[in-house]
Parts: sequence; structure tokens; C-alpha cells
Amino acid sequence: MVLIFIDIAEDGNVKKSSLEALTYGAQLAKQLGVEAQGVVLAPATEDLSALGKYGVSKIYQVKNDALKHFDAQVYAKVMAQAVEQSGATVVVFSNNSDGKAVAPRLSARLKAGLVAGAVALPDTSGGFTVKKSVFSGKAFAHVNITTPVKIISLNPNAFKIAEGTGTAEVVELNATVDAPKVKVTAVKKQSGEVPLAEAEIVVSGGRGLKGPENWGILEDLAKALHAGLACSRPVADAHWRPHNEHVGQTGGAIAPNLYIAVGISGAIQHLAGVNRSKVIVVINKDAEAPFFKAADYGIVGDLFEVLPKFTEAVKQLK
Amino acid sequence: MSYETGSLLGSATGHSNNRVPVNTIYKPKYQQMKILVCVSKTPDTTAKIAFTDNNTKFDSGSVQWIINPNDEYYALVRAIELKEADASTIIHLVTVGAPDADAIIRKALALGGDEAIRVNTESPDSFTIASQIAEVAKQGGYDLIFLGKETIDYNGSSVGGMVAELLDLPYISLATKFELNGAAATVTREIEGGEEVCEVSLPLVVSCNKGMAEQRIPNMRGIMAARTKPLKVVEPVATEALTIIAEFSLPPAKAGVKLVDADNVAELVRLLREEAKVI
Repeated sequence: MVLIFIDIAEDGNVKKSSLEALTYGAQLAKQLGVEAQGVVLAPATEDLSALGKYGVSKIYQVKNDALKHFDAQVYAKVMAQAVEQSGATVVVFSNNSDGKAVAPRLSARLKAGLVAGAVALPDTSGGFTVKKSVFSGKAFAHVNITTPVKIISLNPNAFKIAEGTGTAEVVELNATVDAPKVKVTAVKKQSGEVPLAEAEIVVSGGRGLKGPENWGILEDLAKALHAGLACSRPVADAHWRPHNEHVGQTGGAIAPNLYIAVGISGAIQHLAGVNRSKVIVVINKDAEAPFFKAADYGIVGDLFEVLPKFTEAVKQLK
Repeated sequence: MSYETGSLLGSATGHSNNRVPVNTIYKPKYQQMKILVCVSKTPDTTAKIAFTDNNTKFDSGSVQWIINPNDEYYALVRAIELKEADASTIIHLVTVGAPDADAIIRKALALGGDEAIRVNTESPDSFTIASQIAEVAKQGGYDLIFLGKETIDYNGSSVGGMVAELLDLPYISLATKFELNGAAATVTREIEGGEEVCEVSLPLVVSCNKGMAEQRIPNMRGIMAARTKPLKVVEPVATEALTIIAEFSLPPAKAGVKLVDADNVAELVRLLREEAKVI
């Protein structure tokens, strides 16, 4: 049986990255000829039985106030009980902020091999080999999991959500829940923006924008495209933009469907964070900018003239 | 299998079994913070990625090795800042690797830290690395274990969580801010579309992300001092890998850029909609 960890956001909704994990887990279960089931630990506001449309037959729910806030130590112990009680042989997480904390703990606890950063369904023809992104997106490793229980953390935006029909049976899971040692005192949400890690389109700015006061034209384009905002390292280091917008080797790694790089030359360290994007558009006044070599589409021109036209043309579409 | 957290606290700090509770103004003078910073050697960020032996081995032929930037810029520098705020703090570095990792660990010592430990083995996977680090942590009795959010080569982001589980300690991943208040810490971690602030008592394991600290360049004094700092080599404990890398592959090469005239931005939008189908 394939068990999928369903991560709940602060607002009580299932995170988009978990919908990807659900779809992935359901397809993997089909490939293995077994059932797919989900497990929810945090209080959810939405109707969990509706998650059946992603291909899961059953949802285990642990109802305990101690799980309201995330503590990886507490969550891992409950997940271990869920694995034991459900008899799961494969556990799927999203490789998101919570998955990165719980999946390794569960792996060490159960001595179950973990591949974190999976980008495709495993090859199960001979053994159990999972393709994962390595070298910051510059290559893939095909990793064999050799233990009876296998854990996969799926990279966000690596697998397309597929909805069918179906309803899942929601059952309560009795588990021992420890008192959390981590006390969450505040959650700061970036309001009105698309979360960068989950964004399907990302608009990103570099030094070419010349200063933080010029970000308005980039924000206009992001708004028109319903895109997340990102930036290059020099921009974050100069405090033009917050650190969480920095994408690149030492910042965040993203894999949107469309990445639009504006005024970014495309240093290899920057490419490492964005090269898993499906389509890359580069706008730069320097035709020799290395980023053009990694791009699918490009405009050589003055971004201060191109951006407003770009935004206008997008608005015309709608 | 779980380990006694008591052994992690150890006798090195003497008073550790009587840690002061959170939010108290009492802080004993003899309190001495011990931090373990885990560092890994990775190829330079500009290294060409290629493979040998039927794509089963990374071609390290002409590669320049560096300290994993996430370990260096965020974990190590933040630990050094904590020592600068309280000189009694002790920082140990640990790496799991063959003798060729010594050059990297000396570079890390040039930035700061009191001594380094190298576990003398090449580990095949995250779990075996975590097992070695957990053993070193148990021996040393550390209040804090810092490491980068991931290595830039394997991108596993798994070792920290595994170490925390093996030691049965709390774990904060992707931390962007870390402040100490006595025997507790206030840590901010990245979540989807925002941040979460939490309070947690020591000891704990923290994976460090951008925002924790900023890159430093070692000065000549640090480089000289690093030469004589202790670098202990310890033999590995027995452990078993849970995963094996079967082979590597490279992504297909890009077809080449399609340039659109700057005066015809509408054409770009049309291509993105009709050809690439992404908007």
C-alpha cells in the first residue's frame, strides 16, 4: 500500500504540493497494483473525503490538538504509527518545508530508505529506482531503495496534479501523540502574493532593474500573470528584496512552468536554482548575457521599455 | 532504536541535567554553549558536471572542492556569531569523509571554530552520514547542532532530520533566523509563502537557510590560526546504507533560444500561449 502524507497549510487547506504528492502516490499505487491511501495530521477545514478524486481510497485522520502546529519530532512518531497500522510499504511526502523535516526523521526511525527530491515515478521493473534531481538541477541520480519500506519526497512542481472522480473513506487513526517541544509563536504570511515554491509562473528581477524603487514594473507583470516574484543573489544581498525571494544555488530552487528572468545575466549559480523550470524567458539588454544560452525565448532590449509592453500584452489576452 | 538525550548533553557542560527552564532570567555564569557544525565538501558552484564509469561515478577530475555553501555561509557563520556574542561558546566542526576532506575542514577552521572532527569514511548515503554525525554528537555532548539546509551536490536535505531522529532531539529545518535566550532559542523557519516563528529548548538540531548569516571571507589571522587547530580523525561506527545510487544522467540539452524583437513583445506573449502553452 502507498501512504501519502497530506500537508495542511495554516489556513486549513491542503497544500498544492500535497495534491501533487497525492496524484503521484495514486499513480505509483496503480503501477504497483496496490491501493493508495492518505494521512492527515493537522486540523483540516476542507472535506477530506473529496480528496478521493486524486485517486486515494482512504484517508486516515489523527484528531489531536497537539498536531495543530508542526513539530517534526511529534509528526514523525505519528507517521511511524500510521505506517505500522496501515501496513504501508511506500510512503510519499512532498519535498516541501514540512516534508524536508519529517521524511528524514521517519526514514531514520523506520530504517526505511528515503529519496528526497524525486522528479518522476520510480522504475519498479527490476527493483525500486527513483530519479531525483542532483547537482542543483544540473543532473539526475537514479537511486535504488533497498529497504522493505520505501520513502519518497516529491519535488514541488515536478508532477502534474490529475483529478478524476471518487470519494475517499475518512477513518480516524488512533495514535499516541507526544506533547510538542517546538512552540509555534507566530506565522507570518506574505499576503497577496503567490507562494514562490508553488508558483506556476515566476517573474524574477536582477541588478538590471537598477534599484528597489523600480520593482513596480516587475510586480505589474507578476500580477498580470498571477506569478510569484523572485530575484537574483546580488539583489537579495543588497537588500533590495527579501531573502526569501532569492533563487539560485544558495537561495531557493524552483521549478515553475514558466520562469521570466529580467535583467539577470544568468551566472551558473543562478541557473542552478531555476534550470528545472519548463520554459525560460530572458529579457536582457546585453545580447551576450549567458542566460540566453539556457533560455527558450529571449528579448534583447531595454527592460524598462519591454516590461510595460509585456504586461499590456498579457492583459490583452484576458 | 533511540538514544538517550541525556548522553547528548553529556558531562562536558557539567550542569546540563539542570537546564534552566524557558523564559527565566536566571542564567548561570558557568553555562557554556557547545555547538557542533556539520560541514560537507562539495564541488565548486561553477564545476562542470560529468560522470564516468558508465555514468555511475561523478567525474571529479578537474573539480575544485569547496565547503558546501549552505554549511559555510549560514550554519558556520551563525555559530561564529554566537561565539562572538559569548566568548565561552565552543564550536566543533564535523565532516564525514576521506583524508582529502582535510583541506576543506582547514578552510572552515580559518573562518572560526575551535576544533574539527573528521569521521574517516566515505559514506554512500544520507543515513550513513547521519549515523556517523549522531555518534560524534553523542560523544561530544552538544547543545546545538547546525548544518546547511542541503548540500549543493546531492540536494538531499535529509541529514539534519536523520541526526535529530537518531538523537531524539527537536529539529527545525530551513531556519532563516536564530536567536538564543538562555537555554532556549527563537527560530524562524521558511514555510510555503511565509515564515513560522517558534520557540524551543536546547538541545536541538537546526538546518540553516539563507538569512541566518552572511558569507564571510577568512582573514590572514584566521588562516594562520587554522593550521594549528586540532583536527581529530575518528574511525566510523558500523552502519548500513538504506539507498544506493545506481547511476547518474544529464538533462537533455536545450534546443536553443528563440529571440523575439524588442518592438514585438506581443509576439512573445503569443508564443508563450500558443507554442509553449504556459500562459
